Amino acid sequence: MRTEVFYRNPQLDGRAKRLLKQVRQSVSLSIENISIIDVFISEGIDRLTPSLSEELFSDPVAQKALTDMCAAESKELSGWNYLVEITYRPGVTNPVAITAKNTIETALGKAIPKESGAVFQSAVQYLIYSPPLEIELQEKLKKIFYNPLVQQEEFREGGIFALKKNPLPAIYPHKVAESPVSVEEIHLASLEKGALDKISKERLLALSTEEMESVRNYFADSSTIKVRKEAGLGSDPTDVELEMIAQTWSEHCKHKIFNATIEYKDMETGTEETIRSLFSSCIKRSTEEISKKKGFLKSVFHDNSGVIDFDDENLVCFKVETHNSPSALDPYGGSITGIVGVNRDIMGTGKGARPFFNTNVLCFGEPDTPEEEIPEGLLHPKTVMKGVHHGIIDGGNQSGIPTVAGAFLFDESFTGKPLVFCGTGGILPREINGEGSWIKHINPGDLAVMTGGRIGKDGIHGATFSSKALDEESPSSAVQIGDPITQKKMCDFLLEARDAGLYYGITDNGAGGLSSSLGEMAEYSGGIRIDLHKCPLKYSGLAPWEILVSESQERMSIAVKPEKLEAFTALAERRGVEASVVGEFTSTGFIDIRYGDKKAGLLSMEFLHRGLPEMKLKAVWSRPPAESLKIDDHDFTGMLKKLLNEPNIASKEPLVRQYDHEVGGISIVKPFTGRDSDAPSDSAVLKPVFDSNRGITVTHGICPRYGDRDTYNMALCAVDEAYRAHIASGGNPDHAAILDNFCWPDPVESEAAPDGAYKLAQLVRACKGLYKASMDYELPLISGKDSMKNDAVIGGKKVSVRPTLLISLIGIIDNIEKAVTTDFKEEGDAVYIIGNTHGELGGTYFEKLYGKNLGGAPAADTEKAVRLYKKLHEAISERLVKSCHDISDGGLAVAIAESCLGGRLGADISLDILPGTTDKMETGRILFCETPSRFIAGIGRNDTDRFESIMKDFPVQRIGTTTKTPSLRIKRNGSYAVDITISEISAAWKREDFE
Amino acid sequence: MSNAEIVKTAVITGYGINADRELERAFILAGSEAERIHIQDLIEKPSRLKDFHILAFPGGFSFGDHIGSGLVFAHLFKKHLMSELKSFIDSGKLIIGICNGFQVLVKMGVLPDFEGDWSPDVSLIHNNTGLFENSWLTVSFNSSSPCVWTKGLDEMDVPIRHGEGRFITATDEVLDKIERENLAALRYLDRNPNGSVNNIAGLTDRTGRILGLMPHPEAFLCRENHPGWASGNITEGSGLEIFRNGVQYIKNSLCR
Repeated sequence: MRTEVFYRNPQLDGRAKRLLKQVRQSVSLSIENISIIDVFISEGIDRLTPSLSEELFSDPVAQKALTDMCAAESKELSGWNYLVEITYRPGVTNPVAITAKNTIETALGKAIPKESGAVFQSAVQYLIYSPPLEIELQEKLKKIFYNPLVQQEEFREGGIFALKKNPLPAIYPHKVAESPVSVEEIHLASLEKGALDKISKERLLALSTEEMESVRNYFADSSTIKVRKEAGLGSDPTDVELEMIAQTWSEHCKHKIFNATIEYKDMETGTEETIRSLFSSCIKRSTEEISKKKGFLKSVFHDNSGVIDFDDENLVCFKVETHNSPSALDPYGGSITGIVGVNRDIMGTGKGARPFFNTNVLCFGEPDTPEEEIPEGLLHPKTVMKGVHHGIIDGGNQSGIPTVAGAFLFDESFTGKPLVFCGTGGILPREINGEGSWIKHINPGDLAVMTGGRIGKDGIHGATFSSKALDEESPSSAVQIGDPITQKKMCDFLLEARDAGLYYGITDNGAGGLSSSLGEMAEYSGGIRIDLHKCPLKYSGLAPWEILVSESQERMSIAVKPEKLEAFTALAERRGVEASVVGEFTSTGFIDIRYGDKKAGLLSMEFLHRGLPEMKLKAVWSRPPAESLKIDDHDFTGMLKKLLNEPNIASKEPLVRQYDHEVGGISIVKPFTGRDSDAPSDSAVLKPVFDSNRGITVTHGICPRYGDRDTYNMALCAVDEAYRAHIASGGNPDHAAILDNFCWPDPVESEAAPDGAYKLAQLVRACKGLYKASMDYELPLISGKDSMKNDAVIGGKKVSVRPTLLISLIGIIDNIEKAVTTDFKEEGDAVYIIGNTHGELGGTYFEKLYGKNLGGAPAADTEKAVRLYKKLHEAISERLVKSCHDISDGGLAVAIAESCLGGRLGADISLDILPGTTDKMETGRILFCETPSRFIAGIGRNDTDRFESIMKDFPVQRIGTTTKTPSLRIKRNGSYAVDITISEISAAWKREDFE
Repeated sequence: MSNAEIVKTAVITGYGINADRELERAFILAGSEAERIHIQDLIEKPSRLKDFHILAFPGGFSFGDHIGSGLVFAHLFKKHLMSELKSFIDSGKLIIGICNGFQVLVKMGVLPDFEGDWSPDVSLIHNNTGLFENSWLTVSFNSSSPCVWTKGLDEMDVPIRHGEGRFITATDEVLDKIERENLAALRYLDRNPNGSVNNIAGLTDRTGRILGLMPHPEAFLCRENHPGWASGNITEGSGLEIFRNGVQYIKNSLCR
């Protein structure tokens, strides 16, 4: 049965109007109109009549529904020329079809079992009203509507006659190709390099020769053979075992590069150094040292997110993940899965936390890149951005988690692979059922239970795939589509079960699927038996190894005591959540995998978790030359306008307003601030507990362009950016923690990465910088993530991302009533600059626009800055600071312009006395350099003396006054360098192409 | 009719509803007891509805809004709880539906229910922009409206957060009737964010005891929720006034 639903009055369909605008822009202005028809297809359901189907799927007031009749042939919709109908390919998650099934079940009052063979599908049909288009434009048109990787299209040209001649399918193919449901043995014994590499490559294991040799040796070992023989297994590994090892040992899961031994040679100083694990020597080390001084760390590194104190009753946790490779292939599916995936990290922290905010930092190629410059096989940055943005909207909004902070970055180096950073914060009561909430228990005898979605072939090899460069053969199966509603139901259920004491151990199913979640959980108890045949499947025909490593979404793994199982599953059923026992935790020291009666694997935990051979790598650092040119353009007002309009700096308000940033009722400082709520905020401030005024800040720091000069300084600046935004908003300087997310181009020297040693040196230097900044600011690193193969090799050409470090900060603000926003508040307020200005333009947005090398990049003096920050916080705590905006992208002039815009106030500024500058420094440098650790503050006229006396030992200078006249005028040596009105600022800052 | 001295509010949750915590909080601050109840628990024990004076449908994405916002939830509620809901309404009690909750009330036909048979006369459809939007705006209240929730209110700043909030009526006659009987309890004042006919942002029924609205007063419970609080002109979370009205009405009429 096929029910088609459309707006009775097509003019009322806002979606169609919006789509029309986009299609006209990117395909042809000759396209006159578009109509959208929602299609619901079902088969094999008794008692579902056409009238019931129409009642369930349409809104009788606004819409019309037709069953087994073509809406496209109805008179309301007549006149179209092209028809495109899009459905998901077999096996791809379709949330609408899931809801359709639920709806029918509700109406019929009973569940429809999978075995009944009933089919539910949904499609969207677009009718395009236009004169005939050239073939090329037709192809372009189709591309707007779908992604061939996950969707399929039906296309008709020539109006209803074409449709009559060639009707649409009554039902779409829905069977997924079946794999042989058997366990295969892979012969490894006595194989050497070439043959081992071949197996690794063919099976997409992404294991190196050394790693394959370790696997071979493990199975050849006499003690292994003995144990396997007793268990009835042969001396060769099964495909199930090999896949489990590959997932567990993937770069994605094991962070091999961060744990490698690195010979680091610094050509600049002539020194050499052996680094045993960047993770231990830089990241973990600073956290351990800081934890001796700060008592607020609860759980770091070992769990799914880092946990810190919030108040006497609550803890908060935070995690940021990346989802780059999937987003390159399917931007929508990649980003929605990124968001709902990191939500699960929170749900799987300790005994389970409740996600209460999302963040995201999205990095794309330049939006203005000409179409012909995009290599074949890659999507245009605007297409990637549209899909990713849509995924972030749906992922956050539908889950009911506010998207409170984030950023968009544009850089030509992100054309090959976008970087999609998705973050989530969680809150959990300090104690759950009388014990610390951050502690989990998984004991021998506990049952391994999987909840949420079923397992399919979607997302097989995601972990190993992301550990490689993107190329023409990247598997489409690595892509999944998240369904926030299935997950929201599960999340609500799990929190209820947690508080009822129905479980004490939980983790998420992400990369590597069950192989990873159960493998990790088994470390607590000391072993596990996994019964693969008991895992609920979306459809038949999954090989046992596929069940184990599938990354199908919306699943959590939970350890449930046998005596609690009944209550657990009963509650799950009442909440519409599937829960299945898929194994039992043991203390045997082995992962014992079965499929029915058949033994599918027996792996020693010791080998699986600690048998990975250590990587040995080389890193060579030499400083790139940086020449400094004079600025010969003196139209600074024009330059300021260009900077305000630069995609990285320009307002993304129309994009951000599509995120729900207030659900939960905890929003205190929103993404946009000021009189008309259209000027940028430095951080999100939230009040997570209703009856307390204690708040948190969420900020980010990211500056990949600085890394062209030196990633050490880049790391210092990224940490500084996140921390100074926290300070600017009134955050407590002594109570904040950060996360590190490294996205690097391949840093392992090889034929494919001839400059690997330099890129690894950049990684080493970034880690050293991160250590330094983290120590000086006493910001513990509580969690992190690295993604090390952000290269795309298309047609033999390699596009690599700039080495990118994202720092995400979660901090405490003791009283949200003292939060400070960036907008100038009142006419006549004194404008101060806080911090020294050094004039560096290397790597800045000014340099990017200028198009010439302008010398060294900014560097943060973290030892000095921390004292300045603490002092500034004193002034903020005394409520002396009415506005505070950190100076970052675009420098001083941009920051003041933004504060003016927020307050709809002008400012008269003089740069004649400016801390850190000399008379000789060019005005352009002063206006646009991005020296870190600086702020623009507005101080009430009666508070200037008190403010100056608090700040007397620091580089703080009054540089002007806010004015009612709506113009920003910046003077130096008697003449105006910048003279711009608020409406000009607004016009430049608000681009029309972001929506 | 209950003789309880304490006002009790049920806040419905489940299946993608997500603004339930703050709505519960709103009623607590307004002087009611409040309990979040999963719709499934209510379906299992419909008589529980009798224990409450106020029924609140929060915002969210029930069933993902995959098939028309609120439509699936409306079917579910109507199928299992129609008679209980009818007697709830008939006994003089109050209902509020916010955003997705408003959509649910409209799609169940509870609002405006001119014919008394719950046949839908109005709808909330995709915004004319085709986009989801979260921003603050000002609404004005209809002082002639019979709505007990909005009594005495003049104007209020509130956030909107929806993609399907465009209010339409099945016919012009329905719209005329709504206007004539002052059932449009609130309107967008300066900016109509979604193309709603006559700028209608909220609707009540003839009794004035049922209110559905797109904006989120429950997201404005403290001064600092307002985007302009840092400029110093905001004194309190005005969204609370709507809930106080509701709770006060029950105190005056049902609780003695």
